[in-house]
Amino acid sequence: MDPLLKVEGVTLQYSTNGQLTTATDRVSFEVERSERFVLLGPSGCGKSTLLKAVGGYTRPVEGQILLNGVKIAAPGPDRMLVFQELDQLLPWKTVQENVTFALTASGKMRAPEARERAAHYLAKVNLSDFTGSYPHTLSGGMKQRAAIARAMAMEPQILLMDEPFASLDALTRAKMQDDLLQLWEETKFTMLFVTHSIPEAIRVGHRIVLLTSHPGRVIAQVESSSSDAASIHRMLFGGEAHA
Amino acid sequence: MRKVVVLVTLALLWEGYARWLGNPLLFPTLTMTVAALISGFASGELPTAIGYTLQLLLKGYTAGVLLAGLFTALASASRIGADFLEMLTAMFNPLPSIALLPLALIWFGLGDGSVIFVLIHAVLWVVALNTFSGFKGVSPTLRMVGQNYGLSKAGFIARILIPAAFPSILAGLKIGWAFAWRTLIAAELVFGVSSGSGGLGWFIFEKKNQLLIPDVFAGLLTVILLGLLIENLVFGVIERRTVRRWGMQT
Repeated sequence: MDPLLKVEGVTLQYSTNGQLTTATDRVSFEVERSERFVLLGPSGCGKSTLLKAVGGYTRPVEGQILLNGVKIAAPGPDRMLVFQELDQLLPWKTVQENVTFALTASGKMRAPEARERAAHYLAKVNLSDFTGSYPHTLSGGMKQRAAIARAMAMEPQILLMDEPFASLDALTRAKMQDDLLQLWEETKFTMLFVTHSIPEAIRVGHRIVLLTSHPGRVIAQVESSSSDAASIHRMLFGGEAHA
Repeated sequence: MRKVVVLVTLALLWEGYARWLGNPLLFPTLTMTVAALISGFASGELPTAIGYTLQLLLKGYTAGVLLAGLFTALASASRIGADFLEMLTAMFNPLPSIALLPLALIWFGLGDGSVIFVLIHAVLWVVALNTFSGFKGVSPTLRMVGQNYGLSKAGFIARILIPAAFPSILAGLKIGWAFAWRTLIAAELVFGVSSGSGGLGWFIFEKKNQLLIPDVFAGLLTVILLGLLIENLVFGVIERRTVRRWGMQT
């Protein structure tokens, strides 16, 4: 079977104040169905930009991105993003409404069905007691869990995670990683996960693509089961780096 | 509780001073004012004036808000539109609307048209500016979340941009209302002479001409009470049900 997501020789550029910056340079990788795939690299390696290109928010100047063999042209509910920022929930909607709104606004289902689905996924992330709460009353970890539930409830082809735990404290972060793996055991979703943390990449991913910065290029692709933090660190920063 | 004490003290001071002065043509007592207020309501004169003023306010305010929506749409659509809005707002915002009344009287004649024109000017700029800056301030993350759902352009504006910018929009509506209210009373005072029927400003003006000073005070009191009522009831309730509940108060 063909891989779900194909990123083929993708070069991404963006301009700030008239200056053109190359975010990634001819990056290629493939994500299989039900795989947890990680993009790992230091800041400035274009990993977030790459994720947003898969989301359809920016277009490659070279190469192409295919989902199920179809070229990605615009954002759509078949690729749900979870962001790093804690303000990604709509503050004027309760936790439950945030999930149901995603489902109804995208035309996936009608309100009664959406409510059932929302309750199901909110229970999965242990937010059943907070369905009627407004986002500003939640802790950072709860907000991110609600955002993950919202994305998962859409049952997208692929979940795009842009450092979703980076704004959280270390303890919450570790807990969230465990919970995410538990969720994956239950539903086997496909996930493209961006992070700059080597331990997180090893913990969360099946396979990891390592990217250099300025511009982002693929240096290696490794299996997380056969890698350790020290060797990945060497690959990313070379022998001269003092860890 | 403390507010009640302050209110009672002020009432006592008023009553005491007016009695000591003993000249109701200059400064009537509180009791006389209240009596005038009650008889004004009983005769139906004040309710008619209030009704007239409020319907005029509603017309001007609605027109101003709708125009502000249009201006914001134009400003959001293009760079040059945004420049226009910012320039016009910078020019017209410092200009008290009432200063346009003489000109409006020449353009639209003596009548409601002139007052509505002045009211639109009072509301338009501040609402448009606040709405526009509210839209600009919507976080890129929320925008991307909205786009992720595949909403149409209109759906995106109505269901993401407007609620996300609502604290700023509401602030604009509130300031716009305050401008409009003050402008309207002033406008009615200035050309109260023109028509037989009129609003609260006209009521105050007319009573002054008849030297019914307690009635003048009753009219002023009505203006204050109505202003407080709308600010606390209408906007207060909207605020509690929206931005405060959402934790979005700026």
